[in-house]
Amino acid sequence: MTANVSIQSVTQTYGAALALDHVSLEIAAGEFVVLLGPSGCGKTTLLNLIGGFAEPVSGKILIGGKDMAGVGPSRRPTTTVFQDYALFPHMTLADNVGFGLRMRGVAKAERRAKAEEMLALVGLPGKADRRPHELSGGQRQRVALARALAVSPDVLLLDEPLGALDLKLRRAMQDELKAIQRRVGTTFVHVTHDQEEAMAIADRIVVMSAGKIADIGPPREVYLHPKSLFSAAFMGEINQIPVIQGQSPLGPVAQGTGTLLIRPEAIGLTGTLPLGPCRVEDAAFFGTYVRAHISPLAAPDLRLTVHLPQASSSAPGDILTLFATDHVILEA
Amino acid sequence: MKLLGWVYLALGYAFVFLPVVVLVVFSFQDGRLPVPPFQGFSLQWYEKILSDSGLMTALWHSALVAFISSGLALLMGFLAAHALARVRLPGSVLMRGLLIAPMTVSYLIIALGLLTTFNQTGVKLSLITAGIGHVVINLPLCFAIAFAAMGDHQKNAERAARDLGASEVQVLWHISAPMLAPALAAAFFLSVTFSWDEFIIAFLLTRFEVTLPVEIWSMLRSGLSPATNAVGSLVFLVSISMVFLLEIFLFRRVK
Repeated sequence: MTANVSIQSVTQTYGAALALDHVSLEIAAGEFVVLLGPSGCGKTTLLNLIGGFAEPVSGKILIGGKDMAGVGPSRRPTTTVFQDYALFPHMTLADNVGFGLRMRGVAKAERRAKAEEMLALVGLPGKADRRPHELSGGQRQRVALARALAVSPDVLLLDEPLGALDLKLRRAMQDELKAIQRRVGTTFVHVTHDQEEAMAIADRIVVMSAGKIADIGPPREVYLHPKSLFSAAFMGEINQIPVIQGQSPLGPVAQGTGTLLIRPEAIGLTGTLPLGPCRVEDAAFFGTYVRAHISPLAAPDLRLTVHLPQASSSAPGDILTLFATDHVILEA
Repeated sequence: MKLLGWVYLALGYAFVFLPVVVLVVFSFQDGRLPVPPFQGFSLQWYEKILSDSGLMTALWHSALVAFISSGLALLMGFLAAHALARVRLPGSVLMRGLLIAPMTVSYLIIALGLLTTFNQTGVKLSLITAGIGHVVINLPLCFAIAFAAMGDHQKNAERAARDLGASEVQVLWHISAPMLAPALAAAFFLSVTFSWDEFIIAFLLTRFEVTLPVEIWSMLRSGLSPATNAVGSLVFLVSISMVFLLEIFLFRRVK
């Protein structure tokens, strides 16, 4: 089961604070969308509005073409995977996973069969009679996922589901989450503040800042061609060089006034945009690359971060002639 | 110094339990008076009270009043605690205060107040009126224990249950109550113990059918007898069993 979600000019306030400011977003059926942003950007608020845990001050939310105004969480075609799992500690895993079906009046044997099927789907076969306290954090998260998927929701909402896991486990779970989404075909709306996680799993990333959408697009697009300074910086380290009427400190680049954006790994010994000779200020070996700070001789006040190839043996004081491959100019 | 500590401990326990020990010992007295010297071991007084139908009826009444009034107090206390913990209401601090306030009022005052009310409204005194009195004294207790046990942990689980399609009643029945089971059991058994031992309210609010403490009171008026000790021992046995059940539920709580 799957459905599209249409968010139309939704505004939400908490007292005097504006949590969402006329946000509009179309999510296609079966899409894996990640809402990405720092805490307080409104991503969780938006998720709660889709799930029906709160009603927007203004604007509309449609799921599968139906207006969800006044429809509570229990009657929406959505289920949620909560950050703290929110499993029922007094029930076995089978009863946890089967809870939604029980509320829908499904018979016990059928619930049991479905619960076992869902537990197998999330990689916990044969654990139906365990209780939540016997499981590790990662396993509990899987149970929460199985529980939410067991009722075949049209839209699955994930509220920082991997936030409580350690980094290694998180990376492993990302891949699995993506694979499960492919298999069930349900629309996934996933909230996170981890941009690597977002890029790893999303069909489309929605970068949010201060209650607004700062950027939206496939991971590659958002990373390489950000549409706002906020999303450029949030997606990863980036060099920002001021451009005034087509002139940057490095020479003419384009028309207009704004900011020239270059990712550290886009700077190297070849490329399309010449940076001229640059002095290496410092360099450190980071495993897959050498991270260095450089100053173009033409603009000694400018300090750029670059990722040089692993084999590079540049030392502070060296002069390198550098180029940028991908670059973006955001007009102010 | 260490020895002194143990002596103090022993004295403390002796102070608390000596009266009970004396009561129990002289319930086995082979004689007509429950006073020293101890004249030998006998179960005759237990035989006597167990075949006394008046006493046994009173015991049954006490059990009935204790369990039903505690059940009601628990249900009302739990619902009130859940509402005040989950929903922000205007004046909820005041409401919480008002719910707990009866705890500070003496049983005598509560009994007198209820007695006046029942007389005014023409309600006949019975086990039901005594039961109502016990709900009044135990509701604040049940409320306070249930309210203290409510945490964010349950709140999130309740949210998840709602998200999975549970109605509010289903959330209470399938999630909130089972998750609070240890606290609710503790509140229930504590209420049962209090109701079981309670005298003043039961004395003032019953008439023809009475509870055990009231029956014991009327026995005492005809003078001391090892039979009263035997009844007292039985009452104590029941109370202490309740306390043990309570301990089991409290300390075996699932983390």
